[in-house]
Amino acid sequence: MQQLRFLGKKTIDLISGLGRAVILLISALIHVPNIRKGTPLLIQQLYSVGVLSLLIIVVSGTFIGMVLALQGYTILVGYGAEASLGPMVALSLLRELGPVVSALLFAGRAGSALTAEIGLMKATEQLSSLEMMAIDPLRRVIAPRFWAGFISLPLLAAIFSMVGILGAHVVGVDWLGVDSGTFWSVMQSQVDFNKDILNGIIKSIVFAFVVMWIAVYKGYDCEPTSEGISRATTSTVVQSSLLVLFLDFILTALMFVK
Amino acid sequence: MVSKKIELWVGFFVALGIAALLTLALKVANSGVGGGGETYQLFAKFDNIGGLKVRSPIKVGGVLVGRVSDISLDTEDYTPVITLDIYAQYSQFSEATSVAILTAGLLGEQYLGIQPGFVDESVDTLVPGDFIEDTKSALVLEELIGQFLFSQGSGEE
Repeated sequence: MQQLRFLGKKTIDLISGLGRAVILLISALIHVPNIRKGTPLLIQQLYSVGVLSLLIIVVSGTFIGMVLALQGYTILVGYGAEASLGPMVALSLLRELGPVVSALLFAGRAGSALTAEIGLMKATEQLSSLEMMAIDPLRRVIAPRFWAGFISLPLLAAIFSMVGILGAHVVGVDWLGVDSGTFWSVMQSQVDFNKDILNGIIKSIVFAFVVMWIAVYKGYDCEPTSEGISRATTSTVVQSSLLVLFLDFILTALMFVK
Repeated sequence: MVSKKIELWVGFFVALGIAALLTLALKVANSGVGGGGETYQLFAKFDNIGGLKVRSPIKVGGVLVGRVSDISLDTEDYTPVITLDIYAQYSQFSEATSVAILTAGLLGEQYLGIQPGFVDESVDTLVPGDFIEDTKSALVLEELIGQFLFSQGSGEE
């Protein structure tokens, strides 16, 4: 009996949480943006969400590209196929690692910060005071953060892939001695703009949507205590990472399996 | 209000992102924005196309002159028909041109090799939409081995 009630409570919590998340999303996005007032807010958030994530994205992109080149080279050279190093690195970065790893890093770097920030605003009743002053917190606080993440992540993913390919070039060409012309030309003959680059961008747009939605919702919906904020921050990172990996599988199956 | 420094950084970030996208499109992919250029179409019938695929390269003496844009089956005599997208600057192939399905390396990917024919008064150039008559099918390794074994077997008796 007890267990059954527990199960029922969990289910109701889950469904009402989903409902609140959808209401939050719709009410945050449905407003016509006020260009004059909204742009400075958006730029402020683009700075804290996008620019401040740049360092971790560039550094990890470089190293992932270098490791890919190093690992790929040691395997490919056994088949005399080290000319395929370029396309191997480029395809794995553009199709999978670029969108996915940058989304995971983004969830850890920007998503958690957003949840903590909004949660603390709620705990210190800043959101309620905004409402008292007849300022819609959804419009003033939530929407700019959501849009900033939505714009930033695809750009970050593109930077990640580009930097990764350059890192692979440093290791593969300058260190291991693959010919530079071969590296680029075989890559160009294998990578297709629509199939690889565009699908990677679509992936990272989907991931941006998911990560920002979870981060904003968790912050807005958290218990207004210090413990509640810490729990919300953790579950932002965990849930968005899991959802990104799961969605990546679905999207890959839709895009690349014919 | 937003400080100048933050605006500058955001501008830098967005410019970097767009630059990365453009570099990916132009330097890493083969058919970026504005790439490819004008093409015209020729057709060719083969008995067997082997492992030829859509987007396989078409080469004259190793130089890329176009790509295979479509592979279909003629429903009348059930032979494969290949649509060749040739770049518009190579528009002077003669009617005596032959086309063969070749393999890059022993086990590499297959491509279409065009052997341009001679041109004189009696031979016209191909116009868009023409069929190239002289075609050589793909070399299928299994068939070759089969023929070789068969000829070996009959020779001993």
